[in-house]
Amino acid sequence: MRRIISTMLLGTAIALAGASVAMAQDKTIKIGVLTDNSGLYADLGGPGSTLAAQMAIEDAGLTAKGWKIDLISADHQNKPDIGTAIARQWIDVEKVDVFMDVLNSGVALAVNNVVKEKNSILIDTGAATSDLTNAQCSPNTIHWVYDTYMLANSTGQALVKAGGDTWYFLTADYAFGHALERDTTAVVLKSGGKVIGTVKHPLNTADFSSFLLQAQASKAKIVGMANAGGDTTNTIKQAAEFGIVSGGQKLAGLLLFITDVHALGLKVAQGLNFTETFYWDLNDGTRAFSKRFSERMKNKAMPSMVQAGVYSGLLHYFKALEAMGGNPHDGAKVVAKMKEMPTDDQLFGKGTIRADGRKLHPAYLFEVKKPEESKGPWDYYKLIGTTAADQAFRPLSESVCPLVKK
Amino acid sequence: MQALYAQLLVGLINGSFYALLSLGLAVIFGMLNIINFAHGALYMMGAFVAYFLLNLGGINYWWALLLAPIIVGIFGMILERTMLQWLTGLDHLYGLLLTFGIALIVQGVFQNYFGSSGLPYAIPDQLRGGMNLGFMFLPVYRGWVVVFSLAVCLATWFLIEKTQLGAYLRAATENPTLVRAFGINVPRMITLTYGLGVGLAALAGVLSAPINQVRPLMGADLIIVVFAVVVIGGMGSIMGSIITGFALGVIEGLTKYFYPEASNTVVFVLMVLVLLVKPTGLTGRAA
Repeated sequence: MRRIISTMLLGTAIALAGASVAMAQDKTIKIGVLTDNSGLYADLGGPGSTLAAQMAIEDAGLTAKGWKIDLISADHQNKPDIGTAIARQWIDVEKVDVFMDVLNSGVALAVNNVVKEKNSILIDTGAATSDLTNAQCSPNTIHWVYDTYMLANSTGQALVKAGGDTWYFLTADYAFGHALERDTTAVVLKSGGKVIGTVKHPLNTADFSSFLLQAQASKAKIVGMANAGGDTTNTIKQAAEFGIVSGGQKLAGLLLFITDVHALGLKVAQGLNFTETFYWDLNDGTRAFSKRFSERMKNKAMPSMVQAGVYSGLLHYFKALEAMGGNPHDGAKVVAKMKEMPTDDQLFGKGTIRADGRKLHPAYLFEVKKPEESKGPWDYYKLIGTTAADQAFRPLSESVCPLVKK
Repeated sequence: MQALYAQLLVGLINGSFYALLSLGLAVIFGMLNIINFAHGALYMMGAFVAYFLLNLGGINYWWALLLAPIIVGIFGMILERTMLQWLTGLDHLYGLLLTFGIALIVQGVFQNYFGSSGLPYAIPDQLRGGMNLGFMFLPVYRGWVVVFSLAVCLATWFLIEKTQLGAYLRAATENPTLVRAFGINVPRMITLTYGLGVGLAALAGVLSAPINQVRPLMGADLIIVVFAVVVIGGMGSIMGSIITGFALGVIEGLTKYFYPEASNTVVFVLMVLVLLVKPTGLTGRAA
């Protein structure tokens, strides 16, 4: 009798061990690119983000080692309710392991909550709000490319130092614009400048003339554009028309992407200062990737930093899973592993991921070239300053994220 | 106070786009009884045609003002001949769905090839710069848009309400069979009318190309507002849509000054109010 019982126990133990081994060796991954596929941000994320994810899958070489990787994509239409509905369906029905891109801060904050509740993973490369790694930080989220604090810190500080000590903000009226205005205001005040006014415009506005006239009337030295994508390009174009710059005021593009500069053309965009963490022409590594990327894009566009972030973030995710020997389908566990490992890729160089989920790498201050300085299509930026990785983002001492131990 | 004058003027500028577009819609609805949801897409095509003319053919803005409406108008007439004409006599819903579908396809095709950020189109040299009016800096181009679109609107109104051709058109909408009995080719006239409405949309597209980015979604963003304008003005009323277009531009401009957060909803609030008080629109006659 005792032998029977012990045999049964042994059998159960083996079965359990077998099960846990089988779980650790689950080599399936499902990636979901949730982005704006059709609206004003589609060029800086959109189909290009899905292509970047595809390239990361091919370059990681995991499929040759027996992994099965699926990639799906959806359009959140810049609406948080649609974004969360897709997120829930992806986690519950599609069994998606990791959310990539998720640009638009409003959508990102909403998806961030779903991902945390369901213990999935969000590697956000598109949204700007610094709240993702501060008040709203989560053990399931990594904020990969940039955030409003970093943009404010780099561009804002440089402009105040150059004499732009009075500011007027044109702010997109949703989570992102508010965060960018808030973080930039803090930097301006800290550097000894003053904010003399602000106007909040609805997302996706075609005509900015009313707002520009108000900015012009304010006589502020700097007109800070706390908006993005089509809103920024329209503002810049119409500001030229209303003589904002020729009248002595300076435009500050707080968030500008290479696709925006391309859309504006150098004639209009020249001289703008702004900050990015990736540019295709930084070094051999970025050039090699970008060339391959551009060849596969329908309109031959170079990658934006958001798209580059999707590639870089996924490569690191794959490395973590490989080190774990399989996919545990446990979001917090994988993110913890990703934070343990240093990051290193061709696009963003060596870096780390902090306890609050903030990925650290250098920030670059660029100036848009004059038409005669550009050697050809997409040759748009001059590097005029670099902020080191440990200086570029919000210091942990200022963090209110509960994940940060003080 | 000075700022207020400036906002009024800026409102008039936007109003001229609303007026041109709603005028085209009103012409099409009045004569064809079709709610043309493809109007925004055709407006966008006008801007793209101007871009292609300049960048591929080296044809400048002034010729584009003439050629783009003709090219897009021909495209419109092909649409009417091949698809829309079969909807005569059916419920409005069919026309709405068909044109909405066409709009989605056209926008999708353009977005597929040109992305969403759009393409640059420069202001023509003759209209660069601006004037200082004392209360504001008025870019010359904006002034040109107001004057030109006002002229086009009035010419269209004159054509339809005051000429022989316009009389035929109006008669054909009332009683097509009778007008045919007089030996007038009504289907051809309807096709030409659709072409005219579409041409007006394309013209607005060319006018807006130097101000906004030439983007595949430029029309989709605008068309909903323009429909509100048409509803407020009274479906099918020519003068009503012109006046309402300019008036709503001004009201929207003022909202951008006093309460910018509401600037993209104010038109719809007005629409609701008008529908509650006078369901046929401000100048509409009871059907």
